[in-house]
Amino acid sequence: MPAIEFKNVSKIYRRHGGQRLLREHLSDWFGRNPDKNFYALNNVSFTIQPGERVAIVGKNGAGKSTTLSLIARLSFPEEGRVKVEGKVAALLELGSGFHPDLTGLENIKLNASLLGFSRKRTFSLMDQILEFADIGDFVREPLRTYSTGMVMRLAFSVAVNLDPDILITDEILAVGDAAFQAKCLDRISQLWKSGKTLVSVSHGTVIRQLCDRAIWLDHGKLIMDGDASDVFEAYGGQPSGPA
Amino acid sequence: MKWKGEYLFVLRNLVLKDFRIRYRNMSLGVFWSILNPLVMMAVLTFVFTKIFKSSIRDFPLFLLCGMVPFNFFAMAWGSSTTSIVDNTGLIKRVPFPREIVPIASVLSTTVHLATQILLTVVFTLAYGKGVNINWLWLPVVWGLAVVFVCGLGLICSGLNVYLRDMRYIVESSLTVLYWLVPIFYDFSFIPAKYRDIYSLNPIAALVMAQRNIFLQARPPAESLLLKLSLSSVGMLVVGLIVFQKLKRRFYNYL
Repeated sequence: MPAIEFKNVSKIYRRHGGQRLLREHLSDWFGRNPDKNFYALNNVSFTIQPGERVAIVGKNGAGKSTTLSLIARLSFPEEGRVKVEGKVAALLELGSGFHPDLTGLENIKLNASLLGFSRKRTFSLMDQILEFADIGDFVREPLRTYSTGMVMRLAFSVAVNLDPDILITDEILAVGDAAFQAKCLDRISQLWKSGKTLVSVSHGTVIRQLCDRAIWLDHGKLIMDGDASDVFEAYGGQPSGPA
Repeated sequence: MKWKGEYLFVLRNLVLKDFRIRYRNMSLGVFWSILNPLVMMAVLTFVFTKIFKSSIRDFPLFLLCGMVPFNFFAMAWGSSTTSIVDNTGLIKRVPFPREIVPIASVLSTTVHLATQILLTVVFTLAYGKGVNINWLWLPVVWGLAVVFVCGLGLICSGLNVYLRDMRYIVESSLTVLYWLVPIFYDFSFIPAKYRDIYSLNPIAALVMAQRNIFLQARPPAESLLLKLSLSSVGMLVVGLIVFQKLKRRFYNYL
């Protein structure tokens, strides 16, 4: 059974120049207005098997983040079908889902529960999470007192230690010092060695080295899907791409 | 893939979050939920006993029985309406059942409510009314009220994503309701032809039940309990159905 399956998926947003007046809502409900539609994804199909490590590449606005939001079940396609099997941990945007006024510990508990962990499991994993994040006594301080790097360490630590079946990463590894990056990569490779699926849209080279397959999107359309080195070559001639 | 978490654990964490955020940076904390009604009570008592010469006995206690339900309703309805938009960060980044957000928002105001009920109890005893067996109805009546606001909160929080004017609609409605709920007047003052409309208003029912229990030491009327139960359960069911429809496109509009 594939871990992720996209079948003729389109994600359509409506353009409305930032304004949503009553008139717009009414015209939405009674009769479509196709020339105002914007296809963030346009008829995209692919399947990802468990244990695959997939990089999604493409320019800004190509539909990468939209794809991740669909995999994470945060949004739903207007057309086509998305099937996802297993627990997804999404590292989308640094420390989002954290609240600045809560302490590190409180944020860990809140996030773990939202990600679907029982109270018991969260407490049994707590030491592991804290050890990985390695931010010391700061866990008892409100998050707003943290440095960017510390927030990222905490966010990453929660996501990877919660034993996801599918790990989705955005630009997250761009932050953090070299030592922590190495630790994260180590943890990610551990995850895929135990059969976890990894999907990444990182522009950085570090994550890409881990991937064995790549999907190239452009303007919401799938351009190329195949072996990572082939796609990277076609996309930009070098692993980092022209981005 | 279905979300397999523990609803109660999430609910608990979200309620704690709301509560902590609301009070963490205040030096008086929960004390505000006592101070606020006390000040209002003093002002209204002055106006309605010294200026308007109300004939109602034990006016401060009478007032409190009306203010507490209204305050709870105003706070719970208001905060649940904006709850989805307030939690945009969570909604856009973490896939979990969205229903929990407005419900947690309502439940986090019950701490506020509990302190105010306690205040009512203190005043009841201070007026020499004593404890009576009908106090056992309090959890039932309040439980139904919470269910009602949860349903209402689900609808309004979902709509607020698409129509951000929702919160102003709620605010205006609350101003209107303040006068239409018998807070500083009694049901008996209402002309007979309007009474039916009042009996449909769940906050008015709540006020009536509070006065039955605390002031008159009698159980709330059966018809009142029946109407309150029906409207609460009905509201929750409608709320869940409407929310189900609305939540699919939250991501696009947040």
